[in-house]
Amino acid sequence: MIRNPDPEPLLDITVQKSYPYRYSTGQLGTFFFRELRDHGKIYGRHCPGCGAVYVPPRPVCGPCWKATDRWVEVGPEGVLEAFTVVHFSFLDPMTGKPRPVPYGYGFIRLDGATSRIQHFLNETDQTRLRIGLRVRAKLKEERVGKLTDIEYFEIL
Amino acid sequence: MARKVAIVGTGQTDHKARRRDVNIGELIHEAVGRCLEDARMTIDQIDAVLIGNMEHFEGNFYVDMQMVDYTGACMKHALKITTGGTSGSSVAQAGFYHVASGHFDTVLAIGWEKQSDGDTTAGLIFQADPWYERPTMSGAIGTFALAACMYMEKYGITEEQAARVAVKNRTHACRNPHAHLKLSLTIEDVLNSRVLAHPIKLLDMCPASDGACALIFAGEDLAPKLAPQPAWVKAAVSRHDQPFNGDLPMLDQMRTLTAAAKEAYRIAGIIDPFREIDVAEIYEPCSFAELAWTEALGFCGWGEGGRLVESGATSLGGRLPVNPSGGVLSTNPIGATAMIRVAEAAIQIMGKAGERQVPDVRTAVSTGFGGSWWSDVMILSRSKP
Repeated sequence: MIRNPDPEPLLDITVQKSYPYRYSTGQLGTFFFRELRDHGKIYGRHCPGCGAVYVPPRPVCGPCWKATDRWVEVGPEGVLEAFTVVHFSFLDPMTGKPRPVPYGYGFIRLDGATSRIQHFLNETDQTRLRIGLRVRAKLKEERVGKLTDIEYFEIL
Repeated sequence: MARKVAIVGTGQTDHKARRRDVNIGELIHEAVGRCLEDARMTIDQIDAVLIGNMEHFEGNFYVDMQMVDYTGACMKHALKITTGGTSGSSVAQAGFYHVASGHFDTVLAIGWEKQSDGDTTAGLIFQADPWYERPTMSGAIGTFALAACMYMEKYGITEEQAARVAVKNRTHACRNPHAHLKLSLTIEDVLNSRVLAHPIKLLDMCPASDGACALIFAGEDLAPKLAPQPAWVKAAVSRHDQPFNGDLPMLDQMRTLTAAAKEAYRIAGIIDPFREIDVAEIYEPCSFAELAWTEALGFCGWGEGGRLVESGATSLGGRLPVNPSGGVLSTNPIGATAMIRVAEAAIQIMGKAGERQVPDVRTAVSTGFGGSWWSDVMILSRSKP
């Protein structure tokens, strides 16, 4: 193996990239985010094989390999099925800045849905959180058609 | 029936937090050189080269092409395989299947990662769906915190039981010259360490490492000529699952690992895993994961992982040592990590494990993990299947 005989520090190069990617959300995603933006409603997608109601929506149920057949309105309330309070700050690629901590974070099963979504909670005191709490989506006044149109889930 | 295959050599770098003294190719070359040395082979004896890592950590998407001079792939069949956390074990499984097919007699499989070239948590964001997950994703730590929360609630698993895994694996690592972290820890050290996202504390979580690992697979005619004790592949199985964390129970009765293990045991003819397996290298990104995955592997019943680690059975000297290498909790160059599990299982079969050697190993199992929640299982044996 070649060993560098030079006592000077080895060289590094820093590359900071900013790629503009533009992702299509597809037909189901468009319906989902338009309903959220324009009507403040959340919808799941039903599988006729196993009866699952999926949030996020998808055109095919993976285990059944069947096309999902209809929209089902879910939430805005639900059950907290897992929780934590995040204390470590990390570089948030969505903002380019460290994410402010602490923040509450959890899995929410919206009423009527089979799968859970992960979202922020409005509680940072770990001792006040437990599995089974009822929660409700807190919607922003100004919505644009993104997941963050739900600002967080509030503990009821 | 496909032909029989064995691992005839392994090589690893000495894993560290930061290898700023080498570039990517030089890092890979170290592991390749050590592997060829271990197998007492030259690069001319290698028919094909397979390589993989988790590409977004370095932002290098052409490793198979760019590193040809370092991997020995010049004018050979070569493929890049990247499957997130399972990259290393996927490359290993592909190595097995290439030779088993009969089209290649020897395959060099390489897994590597230079975590210090990038930002680990920021890099992980690419695993998340841009519309439904990225805005709230909280890294591996946040995901495991939620998974551990549900697992603890369902079975009464405690932070102390998880801490025992962290202590056990870091203690094992002190006997492994390749391990990144070699820590002497007590349970109190783990319980008092900084809370990252409850219940995950700093010492419950794996590090990020720079490192590379290489394996050589050979067909049944060549293997006994190349290695005094080849590590024969009895089974190689992988299973994927739905893409969103919220679709799955996660740690609890993890579907893909349970299914992959069941199929691997069926192929290998294993009926009572706890009795028939002599050593296991489980891909455990956090302490709680090892508890849940000893259950999925059938070493104990559902919810009994905590009691299993308390019994001492999974420590070196116990009935079924788990992660005598120190595991992922001690060493984690992600693209290599799942391959290191295979390599360490092979090293145990080959009797080359030095101070971390488990006595009289006939059957070893290794697992690979990727988020969200897919699994690889490989079973190795001292005797030809």
